Amino acid sequence: MSKKLIIDDTEIEVEDGITLLQACEQAGAEIPRFCYHERLSIAGNCRMCLVEVKGAPKPIASCAQTVNELRPNPDGSPNVILTKSALVKKAREGVMEFLLINHPLDCPICDQGGECDLQDQAMAYGVGGSRYVENKRAVEEKYLGPLIRTFMTRCIHCTRCVRFMTEVAGVDELGLIGRGEDAEITTYLEHGMLSELSANVNDLCPVGALTHRPWSNTARPWELRKTETIDVMDAVGSNIRVDSRGPEVMRILPRNNDSVNEEWISDKTRHVWDGLKTQRLDQPYVRRGGKLRPATWEEALGVVTQKLAQTEASRIGVIAGDLCGAEEMFALKSLMDRMGVANVDCRAAHEAFDPSLPRSSYLFNTTIEGIDDADAILLVGTNPRLEAPILNARIRKRYLKGGCEIALVGAQVPLTYRYEHLGTGPAALSELADGKHAFAEILSKAKAPMVIVGAGAYRRFDGEAVMALAARIARAAGKDKAADWRVFNVLHTAAARVAGLDLGFVPGKGGLDTAGMLEFAKHDGLEVLYLLGADEFDMPPPDDVFVIYQGSHGDAGAHRADVILPGSAYTEKSATYANTEGRVQLGLKAVFAPGEAKEDWAILRALSAQLGHTLPFDNLTELRAAMYKQAPQLQRIDDVTPATEDPCSALIAREGKVSDTPFAEVISDFYLTNPIARASRVMAQLSALKAAAATDARVTPFGTDEASVQYQMSPEA
Amino acid sequence: MAVRRLDPVQPASFEFNKENLAWAKETISKYPEGKQASAVIPLLWRAQEQHENWLPEPAIRYVAEMLGMAYIRVYEVATFYTMFHLSPVGTTAHLQVCGTTPCMLRGAEALMEVCKQRISPTQNTLTADGRFSWEEVECLGSCANAPMLQIFKDTYEDLTPELLEHLLDSFAAGNPPKPGSQIGRTASCPAGGPTTLKDVAHVMTQRRNVSDGNIGEGTKN
Repeated sequence: MSKKLIIDDTEIEVEDGITLLQACEQAGAEIPRFCYHERLSIAGNCRMCLVEVKGAPKPIASCAQTVNELRPNPDGSPNVILTKSALVKKAREGVMEFLLINHPLDCPICDQGGECDLQDQAMAYGVGGSRYVENKRAVEEKYLGPLIRTFMTRCIHCTRCVRFMTEVAGVDELGLIGRGEDAEITTYLEHGMLSELSANVNDLCPVGALTHRPWSNTARPWELRKTETIDVMDAVGSNIRVDSRGPEVMRILPRNNDSVNEEWISDKTRHVWDGLKTQRLDQPYVRRGGKLRPATWEEALGVVTQKLAQTEASRIGVIAGDLCGAEEMFALKSLMDRMGVANVDCRAAHEAFDPSLPRSSYLFNTTIEGIDDADAILLVGTNPRLEAPILNARIRKRYLKGGCEIALVGAQVPLTYRYEHLGTGPAALSELADGKHAFAEILSKAKAPMVIVGAGAYRRFDGEAVMALAARIARAAGKDKAADWRVFNVLHTAAARVAGLDLGFVPGKGGLDTAGMLEFAKHDGLEVLYLLGADEFDMPPPDDVFVIYQGSHGDAGAHRADVILPGSAYTEKSATYANTEGRVQLGLKAVFAPGEAKEDWAILRALSAQLGHTLPFDNLTELRAAMYKQAPQLQRIDDVTPATEDPCSALIAREGKVSDTPFAEVISDFYLTNPIARASRVMAQLSALKAAAATDARVTPFGTDEASVQYQMSPEA
Repeated sequence: MAVRRLDPVQPASFEFNKENLAWAKETISKYPEGKQASAVIPLLWRAQEQHENWLPEPAIRYVAEMLGMAYIRVYEVATFYTMFHLSPVGTTAHLQVCGTTPCMLRGAEALMEVCKQRISPTQNTLTADGRFSWEEVECLGSCANAPMLQIFKDTYEDLTPELLEHLLDSFAAGNPPKPGSQIGRTASCPAGGPTTLKDVAHVMTQRRNVSDGNIGEGTKN
């Protein structure tokens, strides 16, 4: 069914159930709005979207009425909607005048200035003056945590922030207290907001009531250079815009990408920004007399060359970290291949991925957008809320639509949707695989089931066996489903991992993996350890092994290093990342690396020349050409190469004995998961806030039991 | 209306007494499974009644936990409705004087003047002994008996400044008058007896006609 409308003399046929506002937009009419937002529920409280409907006695709030609710004309002719009539103009001017009764005229000192909906719409739809001479309302500022700065006099009560926190972020933190003119946005007794997505409310705020506290009053939007790039804080690959001024990153904002992050980013993605300026490795260091001392590039590379050249290939180990781009991993792998080093790995210790299996064995095959179509989800050893908050919001979005069963095997953690807890470890998984559990039936009956395997499940001694179990469940669930529906999913935690696996950055013949190398180092077997931004493990003790650290931040790896080669952070280089779906995205350079730090591939290229194993590329284009030859899927930028092969059989073939150990929670502190985040002051504040919340009486105790998730919005029946 | 804030001085904790707890459980059970949050207003109201007619902060959390709601959701309700008092009110009487049009036209302002003299010049302010307080409220629905005021659950109607003085004295003496009209009429019957339908005989004839089916005969012809 569809409905015919005449909008501003344009006859248009629109689908049923859409709102007048959407219909007007489809007809090309611009409708101003404050409270309406495509991804949030409809509030209808700002009244800015008024339109005239011929035959209706009053202007109609177009956001809150569907096209089907229009009263049919007696002669059956299509309804006529006017968006540019004198009545509409007057109505908008009236609403604008009302909104501005209490809104201060502090645009010159407001951080929102230049990107403010109210400012823009007041210019476009308002009048020059106001008839109100009364004093403006004063509202006390609220403390909402370290990310959000409030100027509540500016609030126009659109409640976008409240709706976002409740609906998308899934935590009832913000509320509108009081009523009428005295309504105020706040958290319960002003405790700091606790959500991984809280800073998005600042983007949603159509005025300057909620602005970003960490970078407040530092820059105007029009003086910033905008670089569209990719986030590396998790394996979702959120699309971001890095705004910089001169050599400095001033802020990080989300970009819209419906297939990945919609228009949200996590607090870590956004506010890790100050970590890019602290703890930076801005010049090479060489350890002399037990102390790291500044050195020149010649010296540092000389030491590294000498050490690598002297050492037997089997006693050299190479580990790539979580934030690396594909380019530097490719360069490092190529160099090691030339040197005959087989001990290379991009995986964390005991990660059960094998690039020799079909690519789909380590990808999120359903795709993030595919979650919208799922109707049964089994989470295995994962806490998506911390491992990939954006993906978790996607699952919540699906949950709110209703008709989606969700279950979890693993640590019972507070997620933002209700789920059935099936058990904590592989035992429950075995039951499911054998079809002994009721949820196995739900999965097999579902039209579009998903099995999501997280790091708690695949990152352990018996990871292969656990993945085999999950694959068995996925295979059983995938029987008789749509041909292109993929059940088996891996949720990665590291931005670098998929590209690393695509490039075969794993031990060669007879080589050791990460755990093997670290163990070998302990027994004086390994002599040189080359860390490419790898920090997330216990460093081998001093004297055992010569550590070369190439990276951007002074963290665990750099502290332990004997030579430091300063590299670039993700905002300072053009690099390719493949997210957990295998979606290849290109990050661009926003600013230059500080001091003498260089782009990582260039460091490796220079080193290769010194070692006499010159890599056959002199620039990024040549490097990429070579890389694409090896991993052609990496040249399909912004695209997911669909999995053609089902991974289940190959994974099941690796079946083995599983232990009884429960699946671990891999992320203990969401805010401190990588070197950049650990260097960030804002992240440290958030981490402290979260820790303090446990004993804060003002924080609603979030639990996972049925009773305490009751208040969370239930799916529509 | 003004900005409403929680009282700076709050009790350490709050919980329902035995009867109220049983009542609360029964009230919650009236709503369908998963919709228990609907009981928030009755529960807050009962909490207020139990706690000297004002709602302390721990009660907000207590009710929230009882209903499985986030604190902020209950806080929103408590601050939205002005019938929830967020600060202590008079223990003997909290006078809610109606100031809406009919009462105002019939002399509510004079009543408020008495309140200002006798209780406190400002609204929501306790007397020194903490027994009385007053506030102006919107229409309480007894316009026919204007001007009127409400003390806790009872309304006192047809007031004059003198009657209000007397009312306050009675409350202070621990001897509150009968609620309702203070000039002796029943409900909103005309003061000083009926003004219409006074001819009883005529009324009775009419009624007989009705029962005989004679009414409306004329229209037939």
